[in-house]
Amino acid sequence: MYRYDEFDAEFVRQRVAQFRDQVERRLKGELTEEEFRPLRLMNGLYLQLHAYMLRIAVPYGTLSSRQMRKLAHIARVYDRGTGHFTTRQNLQFNWPKLGDIPDILAELAEVEMHAIQTSGNCIRNVTADHFAGATAEEVADPRPYAEIIRQWSSLHPEFSFLPRKFKVAVTAAPHDRAAIQVHDIGLHLKRLADGGLGFAVWVGGGQGRTPLLAKKIRDDLPEADLLSYLEAVLRIYNLHGRRDNKYKARIKILVHEIGAEPFAAQVEEEWQRIRDGALKLPEDEIKRIDAYFAPPAFVAPPAGASARSPLGEPDPAFERWIMRNTHAHRQRGYAIVTISLKPIGGIPGDASAAQMDAVADLAERYSFDEVRVTHEQNLVLPHVRLADLRAVYDALVEIELAEANAGLATDIIACPGLDYCALANARSIPIAQRISERLAARQNLIGELKIKISGCINACGHHHVGHIGILGVEKRGEEHYQLLLGGSGAEDAALAAITGPGFGPDGIVDAVEKVVDTYLKLRSGPQEAFLSAYGRLGSAPFKEALYAAAA
Amino acid sequence: MLPPLDGLETEADVRDGARAVSADVGADATIWQNGSFREDTWSAAVDDVALPSTPVIVSKKRWLAERSALTGRNQALGLSLEPGESLDEIAGDLAQFSVIALNFPKFSDGRAFSTATLLREKHSFAGELRAVGNVLSDQIPLMRRVGFDTFEVTHAPTRRALLEGRIAEVRLHYQPAVVTEPPAGTRPWLRRTPG
Repeated sequence: MYRYDEFDAEFVRQRVAQFRDQVERRLKGELTEEEFRPLRLMNGLYLQLHAYMLRIAVPYGTLSSRQMRKLAHIARVYDRGTGHFTTRQNLQFNWPKLGDIPDILAELAEVEMHAIQTSGNCIRNVTADHFAGATAEEVADPRPYAEIIRQWSSLHPEFSFLPRKFKVAVTAAPHDRAAIQVHDIGLHLKRLADGGLGFAVWVGGGQGRTPLLAKKIRDDLPEADLLSYLEAVLRIYNLHGRRDNKYKARIKILVHEIGAEPFAAQVEEEWQRIRDGALKLPEDEIKRIDAYFAPPAFVAPPAGASARSPLGEPDPAFERWIMRNTHAHRQRGYAIVTISLKPIGGIPGDASAAQMDAVADLAERYSFDEVRVTHEQNLVLPHVRLADLRAVYDALVEIELAEANAGLATDIIACPGLDYCALANARSIPIAQRISERLAARQNLIGELKIKISGCINACGHHHVGHIGILGVEKRGEEHYQLLLGGSGAEDAALAAITGPGFGPDGIVDAVEKVVDTYLKLRSGPQEAFLSAYGRLGSAPFKEALYAAAA
Repeated sequence: MLPPLDGLETEADVRDGARAVSADVGADATIWQNGSFREDTWSAAVDDVALPSTPVIVSKKRWLAERSALTGRNQALGLSLEPGESLDEIAGDLAQFSVIALNFPKFSDGRAFSTATLLREKHSFAGELRAVGNVLSDQIPLMRRVGFDTFEVTHAPTRRALLEGRIAEVRLHYQPAVVTEPPAGTRPWLRRTPG
């Protein structure tokens, strides 16, 4: 993975010093909260319902054991012993004190981490496929490009006060685990006709109160032109994106209002002017960054090696975990392991300091020192030998993170909701917990089902792209939940549609169960997953089940 | 509603507390340039009001309406642009202006960062590029990098910080920008430590 050199280290040190000065000025009253706000936001510091929240960048979701241990340490010393992994592959602490933030950032800098641009109207932490560099499906590891974008976008002088936040995601696999079509810019690394690497560029996707899927504005961008093209897109957006209404300020609205083709033409004109300038990526520079992401020293397995122990009793729980939570690796003899942060009835994405330390130990011992954070709020050990899977599983059982539910109905995405968030209208976490408990016994029968819950219209819980989406709203002072069906954030991206009238906190759990029952009754067989069945059947039978009895 | 601020006792606190507040220069000296404040030699023209016979900065609207009269004056001329005002109709006129003032009505409106970049890079504007409006301590280093060279500063804490040399700044840069464009062919291509 990427390692800081002296330049990177000094950059982050200066940033910590700069923010220490800003916090001091705020504490002394030299800065008003209004003046301090954009500064703290550019350092990932939010003011929430009960306290400040600090969001720490995990660039493209990749962490070393040492970094994970530091996060555990910060959780223990500066927070209440827990960290929360987010849908942006980041980590949030919900209870830090303002005066401690500079020290937390200094501790992070020791392990090459920061909170730069995890909030604010700037280019946010770049996300990537959480199986990058490990899956056999991709044309190349997309993370070197994500790292190049991270560096280029860090404290960019021209793009620090954009109309609104700006999210970039990168993938290199045909199966899109990075949800690139619901990002401001989605980059799909591919092999071009001339044999070189390049990108399909998608622009203007996003969720929030106006969900829109991205439009592909370029199919063949050579890798050398990556940054100049991004600069052209950002400049057009910075100049012309709406600033009269924050809810219409994302690039998706600009692209939607002027049209993808005219937008692409403006970008093209600006890009032609600058493409042969200073931002042209030299091949040796790409190789230099690429070298940091070279595959680890895999060991070829002995012939006939298998995850399943040939001795001992059959162990159905272990078998289920192998089936659900491991994924084919590019290297024979290895597997990619998903560590579910969704214990039945638990808080999606939460990990205790002890769990973080234990995962760091596992990564160090069994996964070449690497952990990934997924946008589905789980963790991944990217490189585990098949022969070590039993040991990893046993260790995960010890720390209660061995739930075999990756991709199942209890693997729920949920935003922090009204339990923490100042913007929320309704709680998300208790709804996730109760749906998890309700469906746990049948989750293997149900098969792949992605449930995503947001506590307000800003859609941090990705409800628009849930197979089943839930949106918390406020109705006459009560928490109320709308139900949406048929969304997807993957390569078959689609926006979910609202079923009809919403439900109360109890009713929504029953409603999800009715949808599941209807699916189980009508599916052509266990091989027809929920989303396929919904595609075939349409919404009618589900609406019937939900609303007919009441009518 | 804000949670209570945590107490903070650091050396910097003690030091700043002990330091006598620097005497500000005269309030008329609003223009920060090359490390000191000076008085503004330009006046901003009000649309539809007759111009004084001194250097003035006119709006884009006035320039477009009175181009020939303004060119005929035997006085230096400046142009002011609001965010959102395009350079398209005046691209050929830029050499007429000794100063172009870009307004930041709110510091969070970042359009002028791109306008400045275009003026310097695309249009090779070589005159004075001035930031006016809500110009604050933490934005000034970014403004410099996209080509601003003078700053009209009225915000008292920012004036104090400038005078005392207390602009907290990250001095390493990951990307080429207008004033730190690295010479072609050098490595690292996208990084810059100030010389």
